[in-house]
Parts: sequence; C-alpha cells; structure tokens
Amino acid sequence: METLLQQIVNGLVVGSVYALVALGYTMVYGILGLINFAHGEVVMIGALTALQTLLILMGVAPDMAPLLKLAIAVLVAMPVCMLLGFLMERLAYRRLRGAPRLAPLITAIGMSFLLQTLAMIIWGRNYHTFPQLISTAPMQPIPGVFVTPVQVAIVIVSALVMAGLILLVTKTRLGRAMRATAENHRVAALMGVDTNAIIALTFVIGAGLAAVAGVMFASNYGIAHYAMGFMPGLKAFTAAVLGGIGNLGGAMLGGIVLGLVEAVGAGYIETMTFGFLNSSYQDIFAFVILGIVLIFRPTGLLGERVSDRA
Amino acid sequence: MKKTGIAIAIMGLGFGLMSGGVSAADMVVKLGHVGPLTGSISHLGKDNENGALLAIEEYNAKGVTIGGKKIKFEIMGEDDQADPRAGTTVAQRLVDAEVVGVVGHLNSGTTIPASRIYHQAGIPMISPSATNPKLTQQNYAGVFRTIANDVQQGGAIGKFATGALGAKNIAIIDDRTAYGQGLADEVEKSAKATGGKIVAREFTNDKATDFMAILTKIKAQNPDVIFFGGMDAQGGPMLRQLKQLGINAKFITGDGACSGEMLKLAGDALSGNAYCTQAGLPLDKMPGGKDFKERYKKRFNLDVQIYAPYAYDAAAAMIEAMKVADSTVPAKYLSALKAINFQGVTGNVAFDAKGDIKEGAITVYQYKDGGWNPVP
Repeated sequence: METLLQQIVNGLVVGSVYALVALGYTMVYGILGLINFAHGEVVMIGALTALQTLLILMGVAPDMAPLLKLAIAVLVAMPVCMLLGFLMERLAYRRLRGAPRLAPLITAIGMSFLLQTLAMIIWGRNYHTFPQLISTAPMQPIPGVFVTPVQVAIVIVSALVMAGLILLVTKTRLGRAMRATAENHRVAALMGVDTNAIIALTFVIGAGLAAVAGVMFASNYGIAHYAMGFMPGLKAFTAAVLGGIGNLGGAMLGGIVLGLVEAVGAGYIETMTFGFLNSSYQDIFAFVILGIVLIFRPTGLLGERVSDRA
Repeated sequence: MKKTGIAIAIMGLGFGLMSGGVSAADMVVKLGHVGPLTGSISHLGKDNENGALLAIEEYNAKGVTIGGKKIKFEIMGEDDQADPRAGTTVAQRLVDAEVVGVVGHLNSGTTIPASRIYHQAGIPMISPSATNPKLTQQNYAGVFRTIANDVQQGGAIGKFATGALGAKNIAIIDDRTAYGQGLADEVEKSAKATGGKIVAREFTNDKATDFMAILTKIKAQNPDVIFFGGMDAQGGPMLRQLKQLGINAKFITGDGACSGEMLKLAGDALSGNAYCTQAGLPLDKMPGGKDFKERYKKRFNLDVQIYAPYAYDAAAAMIEAMKVADSTVPAKYLSALKAINFQGVTGNVAFDAKGDIKEGAITVYQYKDGGWNPVP
C-alpha cells in the first residue's frame, strides 16, 4: 500500500511538471495550429539561466536567504525565456503563418536544434549541479510514504500557475481576445483584436511557464544540462495530445495522467504482465495508454470542447 | 644551392649521431606505441607512452641478446587523438614501418577497430587500458591487455557485494547501454554465484533524470545493496533520489560513475554507503608500484597518471616473450607471449586463452572525507 501511495506521489510530481510544460504546447497549438517543438528547449534555457543567476548571486551575496535567491533566479529566468519566446515567434514563425503546415513544423524542429547548440556553446557539454535551495530532506506525512518539501513546492506552484492561467483566459478581456483569436483569427482581427499581439503574447506566456517548469525540474533533480529539455518536452507534448491538444484543462489533466501512468506503470508493469515486460518498457507503457485513449477519443480526453480552446 | 649543401651536411651529421649509439653488432627492433598525444586526455596518452619507454630503456640498459645478437629496442610513438579513424590510420603506419609489436591503444573505442589491422598484419598488440570485453571477444590471436576488463569488474562487484558488504538481497539497475547492461549482467551472474539473491532488476536509459518510480519499486523489495551500471550523469541524481525516498541500502556502481564528476552531481547525498570500482590497483598497492613510481619520476620528472605501469608491463611482456622464443619475429614469439608468465609491476602477468590478463585486479572505492578512497 505504501508503495502504491509512493508511486502516486512520484507520478503527481512528475505530472505537475509535464502539465506546466504541456500548457505551452497546447496554448500555441490552440491559437496557431502549430506544434512548437522548441518548447522543451525553452524549459532548458529557463533552468540554465536560473542556474547562472544563482551562481552569480552566490558569488556576490552568499548570505542571502536561499528562497530569496531562488525567487530572484526565477524572476530572471522568466523574462529571458519570455523574450526568447517572443523572438522565436517574431523571427521564425510569423513569417511562415500563411505557409503550408509542414514549414513551421520543420522550423520548430530546427529552432530546437539551434537552441540546444547555443546552450551547448554557452554552458558546455557537462552536467551542472543545480543548487537545491528548497530542502530535499524527506518527510513522512503517512508512515512509509516519503515526500520532500521541493516536491510539495512543485505541486503547489504548478497548481497556482495553472489556476492563474485559467483565470486569465476565461475571466479577462485579454483572455477573451485569446479565445477569439483561437477560434478564427481573421474574424477576431475584423472585430478589432490585434491578433499579432495576441499570438506573440501566447508565446510569451507559454515561455514564462516553461521557465518556471525548468527551474522546478532542475531544483527537484539537482542537475541542469544543455539537452535536459528534450525528454520533458516530448513527454509534455504527449500529455497535451493525451488531454486533447488545444485545450487548457486537457493539458493539465493529460500531464497528471501521464505522470501517474508512468510511475504506476514502471512500478507494476512487471507484475501485471507476469514478468513478460519490465521497467525498460516504462515509456512504451505511457504511449500504449496514449494509443488506447486516441482510439476511443481521437481528440484526447477533453478534446471535444473546442470552444474552450485558447 | 649553398643551403641545400648545408642541409645535407646537417642531415649527414644527424644520421652519424643517431647511429653513433649503436655498435655494428647491435640489431634495432622497433615496438610501436599508440595513445592520444593531443586532445583532452593527451596527458594519459603520454603517460602510457612513457611507461612503455621506461620498460624498453631498462631492458636496453640491462642488455638483451636474442638469436645471438645484441638487441636495441626503440619506440615508435604515434598519436591516435582518441579518435577511432585516426587510430586505424596510425595503426596502418606502424604496420608499414614493420614494428614487431604494439603497445596500445588507450581507449576501447580506438583499440577495437585498430586491433583488426594489427591482426591482419600478424603483429601482436597489448592494450594497457582498454576495458571493453569486445576487444578480446573478437578472438584475434595476437590481441592482449594488461588491465582487467568489464567482465572481471562485474565479477568483482558481485563478490564484493555478497562478501565484504554481506548482502543477501541485491537490486540491479542499468542504463541499457552496451557498457551499463554488460556490467550489470556480470554483476548479476557473480552475485548469484556467490549466494546473493537478485530481488529486483530495473532499467532506465542514459538520458533519464527521474528514477523515483523504479527506486520506489526497489524499495518495496528491501535490498541490502543496490548496483547501478551506468555513467555519473545518471548515478548522481539517482543517489539523491535514494536519499529522498529514505532508502538506506548500500549503493555501488562501476567505473563509469567512479569519478570526480559523480562527487559533484550527487552532492550531499553521498555517504559512507556509496561505493564504486575501477579496473586496476592503486599505484602504491601494486607489487612493484613504489619502486616504479620512483624510477618513473627520476626518468621523466613527472608523476604517474594512471596506466603507465600497465604500459610498462605490456612492453615487458613482449620483450620477455621474445627472449623465451629467442626471436623478434612476430609469428615466432606470439606463442611465447600467449604462455608468458612473469612478475610485472602491476602483478603477475599471464594471459588467458582470449588474451585477457588472468589475475586482473579491481579496486573498490568507498566515499569518505569528500572523495573516493580505496577500500583496504
């Protein structure tokens, strides 16, 4: 029983990070129909920028409170990533807006390579130790189930950020403009919405979320690396599709479900298949679930609520 | 015209000087050495070359007579830049120069492709530092190594876990690479053979950072020892996550994570419960280690890096085999090399049927006082 509960905790933590990254994919897809494959790289840039900031802070103000340092690092990483998101849209994707869908997709893949290589030039090929400023000392809220403060922080921060985003999209004028652009950007433009600005803003918000996700990811595992964005990016994209790409609630649900399926799958796949499959099939297990969901619900778990896209 | 004349005169002088040391009766025998002499591990390549050089200089000083002739050994040193392609190019150069044997290369990745060229040319080669089992699994007659391979390393880890650590229940994780998986398989075999029980065999990959799910599963099996076959980039975060999950089992890993980098990545998750292994003995523990250290320092005014003693023994093994066979012809001394058995710097030098060192030593290190320290 403790093992199952522990796996659920593991899944929730990983799932929260997936969900946060998945929001970036789903927002951009909702508005442009573009899968921004470079989004995972924005996560990486966020983590490495935060790392750089922390290293500088430790040099100039070693006595500063750890949480304050982390907050400053996040506040530096977010604008850097937002600027990156803005530039990506402005320089690469905007020019291709009328082009066949394949062109922006290939551009996104190229952008991903470009950002990885740039990060490799700036930060080198080595793995970096990311300072774990939120405690990783395990607590046992239920005997036998270990939870660390950093894991709690990840789940809480993700939940808050996602709630904020939902409020922004559903309750504000800006959100209404975003939803209108998502539905039909020509008509929205005719109604007086500056669609170019809205699209740029979508990229900027998504990149900001990615920066937060990157810092949380690096804080949890204690490492940062120029290629660290690839796997979470791929998983978050999967989560977005699982939940119904283009749907905000779907991205969150998809992220959490994927995290849980992975953790529980890795834990029990061997027992369930009587030893035929083992944990090296952890990733396959997640994709099998995705396949099954898409067979019965081709638009994903929450995909039918098209009007809610943002 | 004038310049050419001077150049010829200088060249003539040079040749005169070079041949000056060798009396007319001496026969010059060339041994090849290959290692990376440029690039990030060039210090290790030079270390190997110096080891081999020290061996032939000492034999030359003692005087070796083979086939009734006094022999003067020379080293032809080549640079493979730790690059497999450059490795095969210089291997061909050594073959063309008709060396009678090769000490090298340093890396498994360069040694394996180059070994084919030496094999085809019928020239024996002894690597002082390539540990990948594939090198000797090719079944080339003239391929040897003086360092323990990964099969031997895995065997030693299994025995250490069940013996010194007294483990009954062992969990094994590997990263599904040729190295990690190969090492983990050997650990499993040897742990089982020495009375251990494998309670979990889990897998990850060489890009993963999250091991919580598999570690949670392992925790439920309550192992005494967890072995990880893989590199430091995964080993570091894995140790941290072990701590986060409150797992107190001992952790042991192979040479891929037995590094200074591992110390950084695992950070404060390291404790006396963390162990790792390296092929070979620490220099001070080798039978001829202390003496070798002094001779080396005296000759090169440098400290031994890692593999110089193994390169020394590799060159010595070839010369000893030539003495036994009373011939420097590769085809003739090869059978003597296969049967060679003498006390070298690193220990007893004798090869098994595949060409691996028979008593390959493995050293276990334990984390203590901020670094890896050999377990006595």
